[in-house]
Amino acid sequence: MSNFQVNKSIQEINEKIKSGKAVVVTAEEMIDIVKKNGGVKAAQQVDVVTTGTFAPMCSSGAFINFGPVSPPIKASKVWLNDVLAYAGIAAVDIYIGATEPSEEDPLNKIHPGAFTYGGGHVIGDLVAGKAIKLRAEAYGTDCYPRRQYEKKIRLKNLNHAVLCNPRNGYQNYNCAVNLSKKTIYTYMGVLKPNAANANYSTSGQLSPLFNDPLYRTVGLGTRIFLGGAQGYVAWPGTQHRPGVDRGDNDTPLVPAGTLMVIGDLKQMDPRWLLGVSMLGYGCSLAVGLGVPIPILDEEMARYTAVSDEELFAPIVDYSEDYPKGIGRTIEQVSYAKLKSGSFRFNGREVQAVPLSSLPRAREIAEILKKWISKGKFLLGEPQHFLPTV
Amino acid sequence: MATKRLTFNFPPHLIDQPVTYQLITEHNLKVNILRARITPREWGRLVVEISGKKKNLDAGLQFATDLGLDIKPLALDVQWNADKCIECTACSSVCPTGALSVERKEMHVSFDHEKCIACELCIPACPYEAMQIRF
Repeated sequence: MSNFQVNKSIQEINEKIKSGKAVVVTAEEMIDIVKKNGGVKAAQQVDVVTTGTFAPMCSSGAFINFGPVSPPIKASKVWLNDVLAYAGIAAVDIYIGATEPSEEDPLNKIHPGAFTYGGGHVIGDLVAGKAIKLRAEAYGTDCYPRRQYEKKIRLKNLNHAVLCNPRNGYQNYNCAVNLSKKTIYTYMGVLKPNAANANYSTSGQLSPLFNDPLYRTVGLGTRIFLGGAQGYVAWPGTQHRPGVDRGDNDTPLVPAGTLMVIGDLKQMDPRWLLGVSMLGYGCSLAVGLGVPIPILDEEMARYTAVSDEELFAPIVDYSEDYPKGIGRTIEQVSYAKLKSGSFRFNGREVQAVPLSSLPRAREIAEILKKWISKGKFLLGEPQHFLPTV
Repeated sequence: MATKRLTFNFPPHLIDQPVTYQLITEHNLKVNILRARITPREWGRLVVEISGKKKNLDAGLQFATDLGLDIKPLALDVQWNADKCIECTACSSVCPTGALSVERKEMHVSFDHEKCIACELCIPACPYEAMQIRF
């Protein structure tokens, strides 16, 4: 039996959502509620806490079926706006990955490269309703004789287009600095020499997995906000690593849990899926993601009340340590300090900026709150939980 | 005293003319060159902060215009496209003058034309092509 004073099930919460009686707040609003009323009372009052994050998430992409093609083709190589998609699945199924650059891209030949167009931009353009030039090559078989195919495609005309991101929603992430004497260009943005700036990339107290640190409520089937539509958690994300050092509040001190997420690309909105060009690094996709956390008991109430003061990012050097694969945390810095705009490091004030958009993260948490409050969005009941500690 | 931030666009035939020198010596103006791009046989571009007595400034700019320079206010040059900006704030850490800054707490990005020196560092640093330069 549970040792909690409050015990709610997801079904009970869903009944409240259906009758329009569920109390839904954002993870930022929950902080004061728990501070004022305590965990037990907060758990009695609040049913769902919404979270949000909007940032480049490189491990993203979409499965697309571009058939039927007549005469049929078993495509072995496919390009979308000159960006190579993976075509080694069946005849007209492809996977377009966010970080694939255009074939014509000069890459880093003149460093730092601009990477103006890639897989993330293809996905962004599709969702924005733009026409995409598809080009396919094949070797030809008795059953699939066609060897070449070209067509302008649009998302609305495709049979199937599914966003399927192997790793999103990292629970905590590095705060990147550059200890060398020259500027470097990384997936964490431009880093000036002698640690003159620090870039981080989570929404802190609004970040989905910071609010359910031990993954008590998240798993296969959890319904989420994904790219402006309703999507699902499909599996633990790649590199999901629960067994790391954690603070007293159970939140990890280094990157830990991740989510594999899936959703119908056709339902999504270009505001929440955007191509990204990281100078000197490459292309990516900015993904809007929000996870609703059911407040099943007072422990979940306390977890969702975690604030930036109690969350810490590891400061990692991207000039020597990261490229050499040395997983060294120079020191910890709280998200409260990072969000203040600067913090003391190496004997001086270092400017800190997120690559993750806080205004957009707040917007996602608010949208999710509205959907649930209006009964448009029911909680998904996980059928299989993420590995935990 | 009046101060203006301007872009001087030099037609190819004026590239070898010491215009800045004349503005300083003949019109008694302070010229601070913020950026310069000079390529033989092409249009040259000089971004300047220019200051002096209003009368001198007007006369100096009239002189340069009469010579054939295309003079534009700098404010028109760099553009922040708020529709494309997602407020990731990456630009603010490369901006040397604080023209691109972050309102803390709400974390909104703002762009102050007055402080912009058109160094263009923000343009490639923006992952969303929200910063543009117009020549």
